[in-house]
Amino acid sequence: MYRSLSIRQKQIVWAWAFLALPVLFYLVIRFYPTGNAMVISFQNWNLLGDRTWAGLENYQKLWHDAVFWQVFRNTFVYLILGTPISLVLSFLLAYHLDKTRFMHGFLRMLYFLPFMTSAVAMAWVWRWFYQPVPIGLFNNALAEFGIPQIAFLRSTTNALPAILAPAIWAGLGFQIIIFMAGLRAIPQSYYEAARIDGVSNVTQLFEITIPLLKPTIVFLVVFSSIGFLRIFDQVFNMTTGDPGGPLNTTKPLVLMIYQTAFTDFDMGYAAAQTVVLFVILLLVSLLQLYLLRDR
Amino acid sequence: MTASHDIRATSSGLFANTAARRKANMGQFIRWLVLMVLGIAMVMPIVYMISTSLKWPHEIYDVSLIPQEPHLENYTYVLEDGRFYGWFLNSLVIAVITTVSNVIFDSLVGYTLCKFRFPGRYIVFIAILSTLMIPTEMLVIPWYLMSQSFGWLDTHWGIMFPGLMTAFGTFLMKQFFETVPDDFIEAARIDGLNELQIWWTVAMPLVRPALAALAIFVFLGNWTAFIWPLIVTNSWDMYTLPVGLSTFADEADVAWELVMTGAAISTIPTLVVFLIFQRFIIRGVVMAGLKG
Repeated sequence: MYRSLSIRQKQIVWAWAFLALPVLFYLVIRFYPTGNAMVISFQNWNLLGDRTWAGLENYQKLWHDAVFWQVFRNTFVYLILGTPISLVLSFLLAYHLDKTRFMHGFLRMLYFLPFMTSAVAMAWVWRWFYQPVPIGLFNNALAEFGIPQIAFLRSTTNALPAILAPAIWAGLGFQIIIFMAGLRAIPQSYYEAARIDGVSNVTQLFEITIPLLKPTIVFLVVFSSIGFLRIFDQVFNMTTGDPGGPLNTTKPLVLMIYQTAFTDFDMGYAAAQTVVLFVILLLVSLLQLYLLRDR
Repeated sequence: MTASHDIRATSSGLFANTAARRKANMGQFIRWLVLMVLGIAMVMPIVYMISTSLKWPHEIYDVSLIPQEPHLENYTYVLEDGRFYGWFLNSLVIAVITTVSNVIFDSLVGYTLCKFRFPGRYIVFIAILSTLMIPTEMLVIPWYLMSQSFGWLDTHWGIMFPGLMTAFGTFLMKQFFETVPDDFIEAARIDGLNELQIWWTVAMPLVRPALAALAIFVFLGNWTAFIWPLIVTNSWDMYTLPVGLSTFADEADVAWELVMTGAAISTIPTLVVFLIFQRFIIRGVVMAGLKG
């Protein structure tokens, strides 16, 4: 029967034979759970008892939940501090690294190394750095210079930036590498022309480099924004004794979802929180499409 | 750019410019020095982790980087505990299987979407593309319920099933199959190869760098994955390295030299692999980052 098919028909048979398993996978492991999460968000369910329809109850509860608003704020603080700081740092480092020839490969390796570490392992290393005297490295170093101690993880104001620092640190290497690839892609002739016209380095930076790096910058802004909005590993591991830090001041949305679902077993409420996360991330992705549209 | 400078800097120019040139060299040197100092600071957390894992308990209060009497007792102690071997093995098995699965299926789907014309192609393409927008965190609850009803909780399969294929990998591969000329595929078809053979023996070898880039990303992602393994496992012998380390470190509490040893055990393998294949991995990361 197969032999009697035309070449075009054979192609169709092959294509669907190749796609059968993957399509099944995407339907069962991606699409069905997405729909399921949305359905659960309208239900009350504690895993053991019956599922009951709750209408918009979970969303109303979320709206009136003071902890949720605190968490919402924290999540955006991670984003608003993390994205600009990591982008500016990585751009400055990439810009200068690009102009350095001597031991270039070695320097690049130093900056990239943290990207290869696991967030969990590094969270514990940084947690040790932040301990009070006589254990923590930072406070010991401060003590040697006679500078007053800083309560890093136990302070309501310092804990969030303290947790953010290793997240920024670990991501820098990737951003530097991508920026350097972007810088390489700019034709040298533009700079030569600018130099002949006597344009200063600073003007070259703002008139040539940054405008031509726009696609790279947009990609990295979105990539790192999504990363900071989904921060979890560092927060979970640096605050195991008191998840979410003092008075929930470090708790991000994903940690709240984890606790609601797998500590309190309030599946409906947790699902509603994941829908909120989904909407936020969707808006960020659509923003990227919008920004890259005019290219 | 330096070459054109050199051509112009003949005899008189060379002498006239020495001051300016020395200033430029000085600037270069300062730039290099700052980059070097900051670069060393970047790896300090890793260096301190390793250094502390070689110290005795009373020494961890010491800021000094070099242990007074370096020893491997911490490693013996942590490994004697026995659990780390299992966690290491679990992580390895899961990372290897997911990597192989992604390399095969992502490229198969990418290839099919790129080189075949068939009804439904556009719908499949858009459907897979749209899953990029769905965050893992939204799916963990349904995945957990699914695992619970199928008995996948606390199994290797349960840990790895969500990551067996990724939309990211599919699009990366689709992009790279665009570079494979259709003539090659036509020629193979005339030679009597079937479509499966064409994909595996003609197209796949031509996108090897992309396959390597994909493999690096998937492996690293699964090696360090935390939230899903944390949710789906509940007995310590099924933990992956990050989940095991997290529990171990919480237990070890104030024994920071042991915490650092555990952290080092889970970090050193990827660092060693990176140092060996450095150029290759950096190229792969750029490729995956820009095309994906």
